[in-house]
Amino acid sequence: MKGKEVMDTQNISLLEGRQKQVYEKTAGAPEGDIACEKTSLSGSVSQRACVFCGSRVVLYPVADAIHIVHGPIGCAAYTWDIRGAVSSGPELHRLSFSSDLQEMDVIYGGEKKLYKSLIELIDQYQPKAAFIYSTCIIGLIGDDIDAVCKKVAKEKGIPVLPVHSEGFKGTKKDGYKAACNALMKLIGQGSTEGISKYSINILGEFNLAGEAWIIREYYEKMGIQVVATMTGDGRIDDIRRSHGASLNVVQCSGSMTTLAKEMEEKYGIPYIRVSYFGFEDMSKSLYDVAQHFPERPDIMEKAKEIVRDEIKQYYPEMQKFKAALTGKKAAIYVGGAFKTFSLIKALRTVGMSVVLAGSQTGNKQDYKNLKEMCDEGTVIVDDSNPVELSKFILEKEADLLIGGVKERPIAFKLGVAFCDHNHERKIPLAGFIGMYYFAKEVYESVMSPVWQFAPRKGGVK
Amino acid sequence: MLLRHTSKEVKEREGLTINPAKTCQPIGAMYAALGIHGCLPHSHGSQGCCSYHRSTLTRHYKEPVMAATSSFTEGASVFGGQANLLSAIETIFSVYDPEVIAVHSTCLSETIGDDLQQITKKASDDGKIPEGKYVIYASTPSFVGSHVTGYANMVVGMTEQFAVSTGEKNDKVNIIAGWMEPSDMREIKSLASRLGVKIVLFPDTSDVLDAPQTGKHEFYPKGGITIDELKTVGDSKSSIAVGCITAEPAAVALDKKCKVPFETVDMPIGLSATDRFIMALSKAGGVEVPAELTAERGRLVDVMADMEQYFYGKKVALFGDPDQLMPLTEFLLDLGMVPKHIVSGTPGLRFEKRMKEILERAPGANFKNGPQADMFLMHQWIKNEPVDLLIGNTYGKYIARDEDIPFVRFGFPILDRIGHSYFPNIGYAGSLRLVEKILGVLMDQQDRTALEEKFELVM
Repeated sequence: MKGKEVMDTQNISLLEGRQKQVYEKTAGAPEGDIACEKTSLSGSVSQRACVFCGSRVVLYPVADAIHIVHGPIGCAAYTWDIRGAVSSGPELHRLSFSSDLQEMDVIYGGEKKLYKSLIELIDQYQPKAAFIYSTCIIGLIGDDIDAVCKKVAKEKGIPVLPVHSEGFKGTKKDGYKAACNALMKLIGQGSTEGISKYSINILGEFNLAGEAWIIREYYEKMGIQVVATMTGDGRIDDIRRSHGASLNVVQCSGSMTTLAKEMEEKYGIPYIRVSYFGFEDMSKSLYDVAQHFPERPDIMEKAKEIVRDEIKQYYPEMQKFKAALTGKKAAIYVGGAFKTFSLIKALRTVGMSVVLAGSQTGNKQDYKNLKEMCDEGTVIVDDSNPVELSKFILEKEADLLIGGVKERPIAFKLGVAFCDHNHERKIPLAGFIGMYYFAKEVYESVMSPVWQFAPRKGGVK
Repeated sequence: MLLRHTSKEVKEREGLTINPAKTCQPIGAMYAALGIHGCLPHSHGSQGCCSYHRSTLTRHYKEPVMAATSSFTEGASVFGGQANLLSAIETIFSVYDPEVIAVHSTCLSETIGDDLQQITKKASDDGKIPEGKYVIYASTPSFVGSHVTGYANMVVGMTEQFAVSTGEKNDKVNIIAGWMEPSDMREIKSLASRLGVKIVLFPDTSDVLDAPQTGKHEFYPKGGITIDELKTVGDSKSSIAVGCITAEPAAVALDKKCKVPFETVDMPIGLSATDRFIMALSKAGGVEVPAELTAERGRLVDVMADMEQYFYGKKVALFGDPDQLMPLTEFLLDLGMVPKHIVSGTPGLRFEKRMKEILERAPGANFKNGPQADMFLMHQWIKNEPVDLLIGNTYGKYIARDEDIPFVRFGFPILDRIGHSYFPNIGYAGSLRLVEKILGVLMDQQDRTALEEKFELVM
């Protein structure tokens, strides 16, 4: 028996061909851009997903539409209720619908089955719209889903939207684009009557654990009308009239900038990028919106009042967390790069530094910004994998990893605290109260007594 | 509440599946491959497949699950994935250094016609597979079968591609493990050792997906059957396939290739199935059942008897995978319970036939498997004829909550609890645990809903 036990990830070198996607900020480090926006190397243990995944996560929270995955069962099964995007009303999005293609369908085409499935579904649920996701195999067998959608839309009188999300046609980002295309077909279809001049759409906020509700309330308190949230707690009718809003406020820029740009082009709606994580960014996202309506100084006044009141409420608790966390180190590996910026700032407010910062889908500008923002010695990675993550976490002696489902057990195996900043978070991390929850979660995980039993850094204490 | 989305009226659906009671083949292949020591599963398709499978296995086992992907792009889908797989094999051996790469296909690579056997041979001919290292494969298109058959296919792959016959038999018995938990595989090893039968168990995910914390992230945890052991299975005197759907195909393949006679038994869930498993093992090993095991069995029977009044006549809805459902249904019948609604997304005539035999003892039971046998149908059935207990994987929690039914988690995947991979679900010990769990939820429900004057201290 060969002694593979010694093969821990510290002993595995960086993947060849990945060196350019990893950068350590040190004096004398080579200048130049971090390689990104490229497909992963064949054979790598990548943490990334596919085009379908991108479309699915963006459109998923639209709660009064049916979402049908056209393809074999897997794609539907794995995305059944995995994103904790909550709804204040209908919950159609949480069901898993699939045409469940079988071998014969693959040979003879799945259009008929899709058509029948759609009719059955629409009759049963009377949804406001239907999204049809085409998976890998649909792209290959060449089902004309556009034609099926058109036909059903005509027969049933609701929007039936094809989402071209064949997994192999690019990266998760291309899935975002496909989702935005589908949304764009809805926008402009509804009446804009009754929409105030002081109105916004919230884009790239998916209402995980109810975050959109928190954000919406701040804006409404400021006297701003929120026309549509795309797509958290989303409703088809709101999306259809969202072109009546005066401003688009984009949080998850990776997923929704495309849509914001198209809306700007077609409907002349400007957009701003914001983030709702951390006191600093949350405040700015309120001020930036207020600034957009200079003729109404009361909006800014109200924004300032909200910021003042909220921070006052959470500040004392935060100081307690900060006292305990100061000097601790964090590693961040999340989907979107923009999230990383906010997390770095948020961690700094509780006294923590960041030793590893990475994303699955960052672009050149994102990484440029990251380089500027990070401290000396921080490692910056694009499209990372478990080998690199655990290697750097141990080398840099991180006390905390912030990531998603596949990163969680890696942190725990290493004996490092963890905070989920992905689909599976159970508590809202956005907004002022979200920052409090975030700090609390980080504090509780880092301070957990369990780590005293963990053989950290390879040796039993 | 998803309740309002389920209608009571059951209508025949032509194509649509709502809330599936299955998933696709590749995840089964990935799980089986993890039961070989030093193996890196490889998904030949788009990145998403690999990512979803790793995520689901991670959620179920709370362990890091490693697997590589061919990362198909549009180009690969047009020109075939051979180049991707060849370069993947090179990358994997040079960086991750596994003993073996276990490649499984996806619906994408199957449809474009990638021939894994041919590509693997080419990799070998081109010298891309280092000396003493291996690449095995299984064809697992997602539009055929389910996660269950994917598991079976990969076990066939490891048998066919590793087993050799030297012409000299040894005194070992192969135990081919159907899809079960690491804890179950550990229990099988323990049972065999208590019986005094020398076995070779494969696949074996114990110590792989229930690994201890070491402070390191180990790419290849210490568990799993080694390649050297796998090679010897052709010389074993016989095989026992544990599960006719997930294990028997490998036993058949081994018999065909190396003339190893086999017996297939149900997965040892419940009293009768465990009895049959123990008898098969004692027969194959030529040993007597030790008193200690008989006593363990006696304790299970004792508890079943002590508690019979709480089981008798209780209606149960259950869903899951064939190899678990068959013995589980039998066990419920042995307990005096009434299996009422049974659903499995996995298709298969043999499964259907055997379930019908078992259900002869439960007249009026609803059973459906294959397409449109889904959780929506299960919910509709329950609405029309309520039950006292629901048994199945995590997805049952929606129905359990909506209908306020006591719920026991059993099967794959269990995303929201722990225990399934640490405590056995099979054998007398596992069956006792199952009895305890069922009683626990039934009694909890009774305590929760009893009238004030009927609320009692004792059972």
